Amino acid sequence: MFHDLLTSAILINLFATMIRLSTPLLISAMGELVAERSGVMNLGVEGMMLMGALVNYMITVNTGRLWLGLLAATIAGGLMSMILAVMSITLKVDQTVTGLSLNLLSSGLTLFIFRAFYKTENVIDLFPQVPIPLLSNIPYIGEIFFNQKGLTYFAFLCIPVIAFILNRTKIGLAIRSAGENPHAVDTRGLNVDKLRYIAVIFGGLMAGIAGSFFTNGISSRFMQEITAGRGWLAIIIVIAGNWQPLRMLIATLVFALLDAFQFTLQGIGTDIPFQILLSMPYIIALVALMSSRVRSRMPGSLGVPYIKD
Amino acid sequence: MTEANPTHFDPSHTAFIETISLTKKFPMVLALDQVNFEVKKGEIHCLLGENGAGKTTLAECLYGYYRPSSGLIKWKGKAVEIPSPSVAMRLGIGMVHQHFMLVEPHTVLENIILGLDTPGIMLDTRSTRKRILELCEIYNVSLNLDAYVWQLSVGEQQWVEILKALYEGAELLILDEPTAVLTPQESERLFGVLKQMSLSGLSIIFITHKLNEVIAVSDRVTVLRKGRVINTVNTAEVTKADLAKMMVGREVVFRVSREEVQAGEVLLEVEDLRACNDLGLECIHGLNLKLHAREILGIAGVAGNGQKELFETLIGVRKPSSGHIRLLKEEITHQSAGMIYDKGMAHIPSNRIKEGLILDFTVAENLILGREWKLPFSSRFQLNKRAIRDFAQRNIKDFDIVTPAVDHPTGKLSGGNLQKVILAREIGSQPHVLIANQPCRGLDVGVIEYVHTQLLKLREEGVGILLFSEDLDEILTLSDRIAVIYQGEIVGLFRTKDVHLETIGLLMAGGKD
Repeated sequence: MFHDLLTSAILINLFATMIRLSTPLLISAMGELVAERSGVMNLGVEGMMLMGALVNYMITVNTGRLWLGLLAATIAGGLMSMILAVMSITLKVDQTVTGLSLNLLSSGLTLFIFRAFYKTENVIDLFPQVPIPLLSNIPYIGEIFFNQKGLTYFAFLCIPVIAFILNRTKIGLAIRSAGENPHAVDTRGLNVDKLRYIAVIFGGLMAGIAGSFFTNGISSRFMQEITAGRGWLAIIIVIAGNWQPLRMLIATLVFALLDAFQFTLQGIGTDIPFQILLSMPYIIALVALMSSRVRSRMPGSLGVPYIKD
Repeated sequence: MTEANPTHFDPSHTAFIETISLTKKFPMVLALDQVNFEVKKGEIHCLLGENGAGKTTLAECLYGYYRPSSGLIKWKGKAVEIPSPSVAMRLGIGMVHQHFMLVEPHTVLENIILGLDTPGIMLDTRSTRKRILELCEIYNVSLNLDAYVWQLSVGEQQWVEILKALYEGAELLILDEPTAVLTPQESERLFGVLKQMSLSGLSIIFITHKLNEVIAVSDRVTVLRKGRVINTVNTAEVTKADLAKMMVGREVVFRVSREEVQAGEVLLEVEDLRACNDLGLECIHGLNLKLHAREILGIAGVAGNGQKELFETLIGVRKPSSGHIRLLKEEITHQSAGMIYDKGMAHIPSNRIKEGLILDFTVAENLILGREWKLPFSSRFQLNKRAIRDFAQRNIKDFDIVTPAVDHPTGKLSGGNLQKVILAREIGSQPHVLIANQPCRGLDVGVIEYVHTQLLKLREEGVGILLFSEDLDEILTLSDRIAVIYQGEIVGLFRTKDVHLETIGLLMAGGKD
C-alpha cells in the first residue's frame, strides 16, 4: 500500500488535495485571527461554518447560481457573528458561553432546516477548477498549486493581505492594540467596541465563506455536521500558529496534509480502519496544543470584555 | 476661590483652562462638588489631595474620559464640550495616566502612532519617527523607538507616555501621580524637564499627594478634599504643614515617633534563595536576609525587582528553586503556606482585595480566615459561631473598624477599614514574624498613620517585621535597617540612621555605590 502511495501520480494527488482541503481551514483561521487579535475569542466558528455550508447549499439548489450561494453563505456567517458581537462586546456576556451556544444553535438549526426542506438526493454543482495560465503548466508544482479553485487562491492570498493589514495599516494597529490593552486604545480616542465589532464581523464573514467551500468545493451535497470540527481546527491553528499568519499557514498545511492522506488512503483502500485516519488531524491538534505551552504572542486581553472602569 | 496672580506670571495671561462649578456624580458618590479651578499658560499647577479627593476624576473630566454631570469647562476663554479623549487631544490636552496606557507587546513607535489622525489608511511611520526624534532631542531624552515597551524601564515607559501627549501637540499636559513609580533621581530629572517645558509655554497639571513634590515643582497648588476645592495658593507662600492641614483637614504628624529598641535574636533567615517568576525565569538570584526580633527591616526597591516573588516565596505560596528559609532556626523552605502561617509567620499582602480578603464573606469570617479550623473557632466538625462573633467584636473595637455589624459583608467596607480587618487578623494570630507587602498602598493619610503606629507597636512587643514598600518615605520612617533590592538581589544593607536618601535611590536604580 505504501508502495502505491509513492507513485508520482498519487503523490501529486495527495498534495493537491492537501492544498484544496486547507482552503476552509485557512479562510476561517484568518478570520478568527483578526477577531482574536482584537480581543474577542470567537468559539462559534464551527457553527458559522456549518451555517455557511447549509446556506450555500440552499441558495444554490434553489437558484442554481453558485456565486449567489457564496454571497448568501458569507452574509449568513456575518449575521451569526453579529449575534456573538452583540452578546460579547455590547452586553459583555462570557465569550466562551456565547460561542459554544452559537455552535449548538447552528448544529440543531442546520439539521432541522435540511431535514425539513431538502432531500439528500439534491446535488449541486461545484465551482470549477481555475488553472492559472503558464504557472499551471509547470510539472508537478503546477498541478499541485496552480490548478485549484478560485476560493483556494483566495485563501492563500488572505495570508499576506491580512498580515499587511494588521501590521502596516492604522486600523490594523488599532485592532491589535484593542486586543492587547483596550484602555490604551480608549484613551487615544478610538472606539474599542467599534473596532471589535469590525474584527468579529470580519471573522464571521470569513467563516461563512469557509463554510461554503464544503458545499461548493468539496462535496455537492449537504449532510449533518459536514464541517466535522474544522471550525475548531481553525481555532487551534490560530493558537498553534502563535497568532502569526505565516506560522498559521504551516499549522494549516499539517492538518490539511493529514486530512488529504486519509482521503487518498481511502481511495486506494487499506487495512487501517478509516476512522483512525479520520481522527488523525484531531490527534495531532491535541499534540500541537500540548506543545504550545508558552503562548508568547497571545493577545493580552483575549476573551476579556472591555468595561470602562 | 482663586487667588491673585502670582508675581512671576504675566498678569495679561488669562486662564488657559478653567472649570466653573464642575460637578461629577457617580452612582454612589459625589466625586466632584462645584469645582472651580484654573490653570494659566506656562504654569505648573499641582492638584493636591488624598486618595479619593477627586484629583483624578477632575483630570479625567478635563481629558474627556468622564463627562461632568454639570458645570462648565472653558478652554482659552471659550466654553467647550469634551466628550471624549480624542476631542481633548484635538484641543491640545494630553494626559499621562497613573497606570500607563501603553500596549506592552508593541514598539514605542507603534504606541505613539496609535490613534493619530494621519491621512490615508497606512501607518505613517517615517514622518512620525522623524518628529518623535526631534522631540526627544529638544528634551534630551534617548529612546529606542523600535524597542518593545515591555523591554523598557518604568521611567522610560513614562517618557513614551509624555511623548505621546507632546506628539499630539499638547499645550496642556496632565500628569497623574507621575513619580509613584520613579526612583528619587528619575523624579528629579522629570521635575527638571517639566520646568523646561513650562518655560517654553506648556501648561502642566501635576497630580500628587506628596507634599515634597508640590514644593519642588509647582508654581501654584490647588488642594482638593472630598471632591471640593479647599484653596488655591501660590506655592512660594505656603509651607508643607499648611498644605497638609488643607489636605487632611487637621494637623498631621509627619513622622510617627519611633523609639530606638535593641534588636533581638534572629527570627527569620533567608540563605541563597532562588525563585522564578510567573514566566519561569529566575527573578531572585541567591538572596540573603536576616530579620531580628524587635526590628523592622525595610525592603526598598522600584516595583518589579522581585519584591512580589520574594514575598510569595517567604510566605510559602511560591516554591523556591533552591536555598533555605529558616524561621526560629527551623527549616520551613518547602512547607506549605498554611504550615508556615501556623508556625508564626503572618503576612499582609499588597492587594487587600484580591489576596487579603474574601469580600463576599462577613467581617467576622474574614477576621478568622486561616484559623477557622483551630480552637476556639472550631471544635470537631463545626465552627463555633459564638467564639467567632466574640473574637470579631473584640477586634472591631480594638482596631477601630467601622462596620455596621460583625456579619456585614466585607466588600461593603472602605479601603482603610479593609486594611484594618487584615491587620487585626494578622496581629491576632500572634506571630513571631510579620511580612508586610506595601501595607499602606492606596490608603489615606489618617489610616497610614494608624497602620504605622500598629506596626511600631508590634515591633516593640518583639515581633520582627519585614516591610516591602515602594514608598521610600515610609521605609525611612519605619525601618531600623533598610535593604535595597534590585533585580532580585539585595544590593545594599544599611542602618536607617546612617544612610542618605541619595545612596538608596542610586542603588534602587541599579547604580553601584
